[in-house]
Formats: sequence, C-alpha cells, structure tokens
Amino acid sequence: MPIHEKSLIRPENLVEHDELVIDGVDVSGHWSTFIETRAISDYNEDLQDEIGALGGGENIHRCWQCGSCTNACTVNAINPDFNPRYWIYLIRLGMESELVRDKDIIWQCVSCNKCTYACPRDVNPEGVMKATAHWLEMKGHTEKKPSMIFDEAFSEQVFDTGKIEDGLVLRQFFQRTGQPLTQPWLVTLVTGLIKRFPVFYLMRLGLATVFRPRTKGWSRAKAAINEYVEEVEAANRKALKLDAKGAE
Amino acid sequence: MSGKYQKVAYYPGCALEGSGHAYNRSTKAVGKKLGLDLVELKNWNCCGAMEVKNIDPKIQTYLSARNLSIAEDMGFDTVMAPCNGCYHNLKKAEYDLENDEASREVNSRLSGKAGHNTYESGKVETIHALDWIKHSVGEEGIKDRVKNSLKGLKVANYYGCMYTRPRHIFPEKDKGPGSESTSKPHFMDELLAAAGAENVDYPLKTACCGGAHALSDSDTSTKLVLNLLTTAEACGADVIATECPTCHTGLEMHQIRAEKVLGRKTSVKILYFTQLLGMAMGLSPKAVGVHENFSDSMSLIKEKKLA
Repeated sequence: MPIHEKSLIRPENLVEHDELVIDGVDVSGHWSTFIETRAISDYNEDLQDEIGALGGGENIHRCWQCGSCTNACTVNAINPDFNPRYWIYLIRLGMESELVRDKDIIWQCVSCNKCTYACPRDVNPEGVMKATAHWLEMKGHTEKKPSMIFDEAFSEQVFDTGKIEDGLVLRQFFQRTGQPLTQPWLVTLVTGLIKRFPVFYLMRLGLATVFRPRTKGWSRAKAAINEYVEEVEAANRKALKLDAKGAE
Repeated sequence: MSGKYQKVAYYPGCALEGSGHAYNRSTKAVGKKLGLDLVELKNWNCCGAMEVKNIDPKIQTYLSARNLSIAEDMGFDTVMAPCNGCYHNLKKAEYDLENDEASREVNSRLSGKAGHNTYESGKVETIHALDWIKHSVGEEGIKDRVKNSLKGLKVANYYGCMYTRPRHIFPEKDKGPGSESTSKPHFMDELLAAAGAENVDYPLKTACCGGAHALSDSDTSTKLVLNLLTTAEACGADVIATECPTCHTGLEMHQIRAEKVLGRKTSVKILYFTQLLGMAMGLSPKAVGVHENFSDSMSLIKEKKLA
C-alpha cells in the first residue's frame, strides 16, 4: 500500500457489517472489513509551490520518494508518526488536509541533517521540514510553536547586537512561552555551578546582564539585515497569497 | 603533517563566551602548550547557530561571510572554529557562496550596505579544533608532551551532527587514509589515544543530542541524550569526550533533567576533548576550565590522578 494511502485505513474510514450477504454469500463480521468509498476533491494544487517558496523548501520538487530521509531520521526513531517522506509526498500531491493533521509534530525536526546527508536527490529534507513548519504557522493552521518562538528570540538578538548571550536567550524563551525559570533541572544545574565557583559565576551573570555582548561597528549590518528580513517576509506572504498583515 | 596551521585566525563564537567558556579556556590553553598561535577575529559576529537559518538561510550565509571577510582582512587564509555550530556554518557559507548565485547576490548586497568587503568563496579555509591539532602537531606531537597519561581512562568519543553532516559541505572529508570520515569520524579518537586514553567502541559518535531543541522541545532532547549517556555507560565509558558546546551543555543539562523528570540516573562524566588533552599534558583542571562545566567531574579526575 503506498504511503499516502495510510488515510484509507484509519478506523473512521473502515466499515464492518454485522449482517451482510452479497450474491448469496454471507460476508458478515470483521473478517470482511470494507474501506469507505471516498473522493478527494480538496487538493491544494499550489501547496508544493508555496512551501518551495519558503527558505529551505526550494528543492522539494526533486524528491523521488526513496524514503532515505525517514529511514535516517532521528525523530522518527522515537516517534514513528514523524515521517518526512510522507509529508513530502502529501505536499507534492497537494493533500493539504492530510498534512495539517500532523501540524503539532512537524516542528519537532531537530536539524541533525541525517536526512540531508542520506538524500540522493539533494532535496534538503531538513530545510523542507522547517519550511513546512513555517507554512503551517503562516497559514494559521497552528499557533507559533516553541521552536519558532526560540528562533525568533535568538535571531532578534543576533540582528540587534551581532551576538547572543545564552542566559538572555534562555530567559526570553521561558518568558515568551510563559514557563517559570525555576524548572527543577535548571535550578540543580545552576546551583551546582554556584556551589563550586560562586564568585566567578555571579560575576559573569551580572556582567552579561549589564553589558550585553555586542559586535563593534554592527549598526550598518543591523540596518541592512533588518531591511532584508522585511523583504523576505513580504515575499513569503505574497507567495502564500496572504495579505500584508494577519491571516488569509 | 607538522608545520601546518601554526598560526591561525580564531573564531570562538558566542557559546564559547557563555555557557561553553570551558571549551574556550581549554582550547586556548592547549594551543599555548602546543606552541600554536591563535589570533582572535576582530569584532566577529554570531554565526546564526541553528536558529537564524529558520528565519532565512541566506542571512545565515551572510553572517558567516562577514566573519570570513574579517579573517581575510586580517591577512589569514585559515580560520579555526572549535564550536561545531560555528564550524558548520562557516563551511556551509563557503559551499553556498561557491554554488548558489542567490546566496552570492544577498551576501554582496548586505556586505555592501554593512560597509565591509564582500567575501568570495575560496579565500579562507575553515577548520575545526580537531583538524587544527591533528594537522599541526598530530599524534606524535601529543605523545611527546604527555605528562599525565590518560591510561586507564575509558572514553566515548562523541562528535555530534554538525561536524560531519551534510557531507557535501565538507569536501576535504572522506578522501581516504589521513582524511576525516563523515560516517565514522576518528580524529578525536586518535588524538585522545595518543594521550593514552582507551577509547571504547561507541556506536553513537554522530548521533544527535537534540541540541537545536534543547529548550524548545526538552522532552525529545532528554530522550536523545539519555540514549547517548546510557549507551556510553553500556560501552564501559568513564567519560564522554565532546567537541561542541551545544552538545556538551545539552548532555549536562539533560543528564540532570533525565534524573529529575524520568528518574533515570546516569553517572558517566562529560568533558571537552581539549580538557582531557590539556590535563594529559600537565595542565591543571582549573587551567582547562573544569570548574566552568555545569557538571562536576572532579571525582573522576582525582581517581584517574589527572589533577
């Protein structure tokens, strides 16, 4: 059975008849399970082009479905529903509603690049996963996922000062995702360090907060990058046929 | 091999000024001990790590191109980055600038507006701290300087993702004997063996620690890290040697988290390979920043008489 036909055998698409006689033959019971008749009419014929227009998705059209990406995938090994090959197939067919069913896991790609290493067609599946996650958020199919919140907090710091300070990234991420900083593991991590070397740690923490690391002479680069980011965002929205602000 | 890379430009990157400072300290200390010169890039910027590319990959290329242009301006033809993320991004930028017209166009536009030279591919070679030590002094150079042999120390060498993947951005790898392998990397194994370590046969050398989502998807990272830790223990390792600040901090963080959240305690220690090399060459734990690690490895260091 081809991978995209997975949807056919979902429990809600299967029918069993308690009493069914066809041409005089009794076919009642679960041994004679039928697949519901269906006709797909809601193809999004632009789906591949839309995801291909976003950063990382450019080579999706090259896929020939060998499955090397899924076979190599780190996340697939711990969650079999995480299946890059399947999603690429759905996107290329335009089966948007099927793709959207997995909206809450696609963002979990850890960027280990095992798929991109294995891919014989230079599809860059890692980039396709990021473009797809981005597409789901831009189209309003899902709220901003933690990874995008992290990417944005991180990138804003880089664009602003040229450098990041990892403590600040951590604090901003927890703040933006509404999580307390007093995670038990984090407390253990930090107190362990303070116990062994209090003066150094406190000094560094204090200094980094007051004097954020920054790249000298960064202001022109900052302006150039911010201008470019706006351009990219406008182009992305145009490719996805979204208006200048908000959802479709 | 010797003679190469005696004086190179040094790109520490943000992590090495923050959570990975121990790697910075130990890399510099080892370089000094080996008589190698590191000259830090002036006014370097962040490479964009694993995040900026998700906003737009071409900005990430530009960020690395700016750093490479600085190396060129300073008169260097080699830049050494100990952080896997920085190293990967410099390599990726080099590849994209050579092969992708759109990346070249964005780089030249942004460089022009930012007011610095536009970096062109082929001007500066990017190397990792492993290449740097391997090709400057090599195993022989390490052997000559060993004071506290790592004899009896069982090491799992952990290289992570960004040092070898994807293959196409590392044209110098997989070139047969003497070159690094992208499927079974061995430079760290060889350097630590030269310092006396007993490397265990660790099957997860290039497995992923989930570092990109260490905070945003902690449960996935904890599972991945726990697998790395328990496998290292099953292989009989006393310590996992690392070469990436994201992996290193991820292992330390999720070792604690695995214990707190999943109730799975592991006791394998985690040290940068430069910390192990440094202590083997007689540097004190403090000189290689053992106190700056989040995890406490002093019991093992004392047991193996490296302090």
